[in-house]
Amino acid sequence: MMGRAILLRGGRLVDPSQRLDETGDVLLVDGVVEAVGRVGDVRRDGDAMETIECAGRVVSPGFIDVHCHLREPGREEVETIASGARAAAAGGFTAVCAMPNTDPVTDNQAAVGFIISQAKKAGGARVYPIGAISIGEKGETLAEFGEMVGAGAVAVSDDGMPVASAQLMRTALEYARTFGIPVADHCEEPTLARGGAMNEGLMSARLGLRGIPAEAEEIMAIRDILLARLTGGHIHLCHMSTKGSVELIRWGKERGINVTAEVCPHHLSLTEESVDGYNTNAKMNPPLRTAKDVEALQNGVKDGTIDVIATDHAPHHYDEKEREFADAPNGIIGLETALAVNLTWLVHRDIISVPMLVERMACAPARIFKLPGGTLRRGALADITVFDPDVTWTVDPSRFRSKGRNTPYAGMELRGRVDCTLVDGRIVYRRAE
Amino acid sequence: MPDRQHIVLDARAMDRTLRRMADEIVELNEGTDDLIIVGIQRRGVQLAARIVSSINDRENVEVPSGALDITLYRDDLQTVGPRPVVGPTDLPWAIDGKHVVIVDDVLYTGRTIRAALDELADFGRPRRIALAVLIDRGGRELPIQPDVIGKTVDVGPGQRVDVLVKELDDRDAVIIAETE
Amino acid sequence: MSGALGKDLLGLEHLSSDQIRLILDTAEPFKEISERAIKKVPTLRGSTIVNLFFEASTRTRVSFEFAQKRLSADTVNVAAAGSSVSKGETLVDTARNLEAMRIDMVVIRHGASGAAQFLAERIESNVINAGDGTHEHPTQGLLDMLTLRDHFKRLDGLKVCICGDVLHSRVARSNIWGLLKMGATVGVCGPRSLLPNAIDQFGVTVFEHIEDAIQWADALNILRLQLERMQGGYIPSLREYNRVFGVSSERLARAPKDLLILHPGPMNRGVEIDSDVADGPHSVILNQVTNGVAVRMAVLYLLSGGKPELAEAAKGGGGR
Repeated sequence: MMGRAILLRGGRLVDPSQRLDETGDVLLVDGVVEAVGRVGDVRRDGDAMETIECAGRVVSPGFIDVHCHLREPGREEVETIASGARAAAAGGFTAVCAMPNTDPVTDNQAAVGFIISQAKKAGGARVYPIGAISIGEKGETLAEFGEMVGAGAVAVSDDGMPVASAQLMRTALEYARTFGIPVADHCEEPTLARGGAMNEGLMSARLGLRGIPAEAEEIMAIRDILLARLTGGHIHLCHMSTKGSVELIRWGKERGINVTAEVCPHHLSLTEESVDGYNTNAKMNPPLRTAKDVEALQNGVKDGTIDVIATDHAPHHYDEKEREFADAPNGIIGLETALAVNLTWLVHRDIISVPMLVERMACAPARIFKLPGGTLRRGALADITVFDPDVTWTVDPSRFRSKGRNTPYAGMELRGRVDCTLVDGRIVYRRAE
Repeated sequence: MPDRQHIVLDARAMDRTLRRMADEIVELNEGTDDLIIVGIQRRGVQLAARIVSSINDRENVEVPSGALDITLYRDDLQTVGPRPVVGPTDLPWAIDGKHVVIVDDVLYTGRTIRAALDELADFGRPRRIALAVLIDRGGRELPIQPDVIGKTVDVGPGQRVDVLVKELDDRDAVIIAETE
Repeated sequence: MSGALGKDLLGLEHLSSDQIRLILDTAEPFKEISERAIKKVPTLRGSTIVNLFFEASTRTRVSFEFAQKRLSADTVNVAAAGSSVSKGETLVDTARNLEAMRIDMVVIRHGASGAAQFLAERIESNVINAGDGTHEHPTQGLLDMLTLRDHFKRLDGLKVCICGDVLHSRVARSNIWGLLKMGATVGVCGPRSLLPNAIDQFGVTVFEHIEDAIQWADALNILRLQLERMQGGYIPSLREYNRVFGVSSERLARAPKDLLILHPGPMNRGVEIDSDVADGPHSVILNQVTNGVAVRMAVLYLLSGGKPELAEAAKGGGGR
């Protein structure tokens, strides 16, 4: 008579949306949070229910990654929506937002619908499509925001490409207001960045590689912030990587401008030193920068200047990365290492607390992108992440569920790992003992 | 700890032997015409200089001389480990039709001399090449024989013979030393 | 097997001063061989060396070829297609094919920084970097240092200024690393748009005016200014570059001493260097070319270490 039920017992319940941080149980019934309470207080009569012991684990609202690349349609050999959704689940993500730089570009209603239907079949994390700002991401003509949102898109972005024209960005911000969606920008001034392969600095000069100066990002960040002020629209700045950007975002927020920002785990942990020896698995855009930038971004995460941590998961084929540095494509995978990297570099170094981490990885993403989830309130979606914040493990790319293997963390020892991920009250990932 | 040493020739004996060798070289050539003395790096070079000086004392003639480094012609380059240091070769004389006398300190397997012959062939075609060595310790691995010998020495297993020259080693001597 | 230099020569940045000195000292006897009638020694007889040039270069390739042939090695020249992205074989496949042919050494010139290291990490043959992108050109740096040493009899304390497009120059980088290691004081001179932003962290003195560099230096190493730089918008015109930065005899006349003039070639006469300077009494440009063959012979000799398996088999011989 009662539906399917799962009891998560005895874990540390962390839900910043309710200022909850205590040991207790969570009961999930029919895909919804039925009850949250002290250990032993939550019980159910009637039909058998599955119990998952969570002692020593953290139980939080499911993580939401607002920025990843699933490569389908067009590059299915490198990742599919299915493999990506499974990789996300293994990383503790109950939902991801898929960027539109697929092939063809996801810039219309049918393309958005395709992603929704593929995601339904996938059986891993939820996948919310992000539609393109401009047709083909060419930066010329606006795509049909309304149609795409109607088909399920949750935001628009030309990610992969910057929106070079300020006029186009202005129009996008204004037009998006009708639909209440954020406009997410990949901040890169194209003439300054031109063909750069890594951060511009001492390392790039030594290695003889063309560099991308920090200013290439900062110029676009402040431009977008000012356009958000002009239009009243919501600008979301993708993958911030420099100290200067953090300062500009702070300036914007102090003035009440509707700007939100994301940072990736790799920009919170690694510097351009990782590129030494021409390591293409440390090549991405925006590039890894300096220790000063890492520190500023960490502080930004701590004080809320940076709202969310997203992965920018970008799988590439081994052959593509196995070539001369300047020719290798940009991007690293990140879904299955994000939690551990964040715990290792932020929580275990006492920069932020576990609740703050959950805020950045679950609550804030849901709030900013107006997605369901991000909370353990009664009646909320039963999208839950159960993780062990302390266990150490060594990163072995060959065991990833993603098809991609391009990670700079290969062989590193990290602390913290997902035990169990539930979407809609169903287990979509369980770590084998 | 120095190896146990046995002095075969002291400084005076070495000088006497070199002078006798210089005389034999001139005798072999029936004079000093067309004679060129070529020392093998390293210590053959110093010995060659002494011989040239001795001939000058006797005959009042400065016989042309040169130095040959045979490292690049060694037959064991493929098997020896780190690259041996290459010394200078200095042979400014045309050797075609001349009588070249190679001077070396110790003759053992003969491989050094073989290398020297190959190298000289790249410089020209002497009328005759002769070999003068201060010490012949036997143990030939190639059919090479000296024309002028300072002294023949028997060297047992676990021993080696060293020629010391004051330009490089602060004294003149020929010694047999124990090796480990 | 690794000798004193290891398996490969990829650059000067990570060599020690002892290693650099070893190469320069080893080059001396090789200079003499090039003066002989028969310019050949049997040292690398039986070795197979491939010159893998992805960028056209007559002078460097010919210099390497002479070096290889004078050591009696067998050489094969391969002029390969552009980068991995353009049509043609990827660098990985090229590497594997070469290895399958059991070659001993590869000399590689490629347009991408890091290409030499990429190759060296994937094949067992010795790899010599003949220029990778804008990263390093170690044999050029070495022959420049040998030429300086020939004239000044030392490198320690010498003041050498590298003039021109340092931003895009692998020759500049190799020279900077090598000279600093050997105790020289290094300057660079050029418009800031042609100097890397981080140049002030390299341990060199920056001169924004060629006149100041000339007052300071013992020697100038003048880099070739490429037409692409003007097309790339780094400088407005070659004519202006010559007017502002060109090394002319008028400018040199105001120097407190006679400066030694070096240039890696090929020269743009009338752009970075005037003809009367290039052909003048203080130019050692042709000595550089001669030294280039000797340095490359030295590098080939030092890298071609013996093989331990053969050493085992040959035990017992190798006496005097």
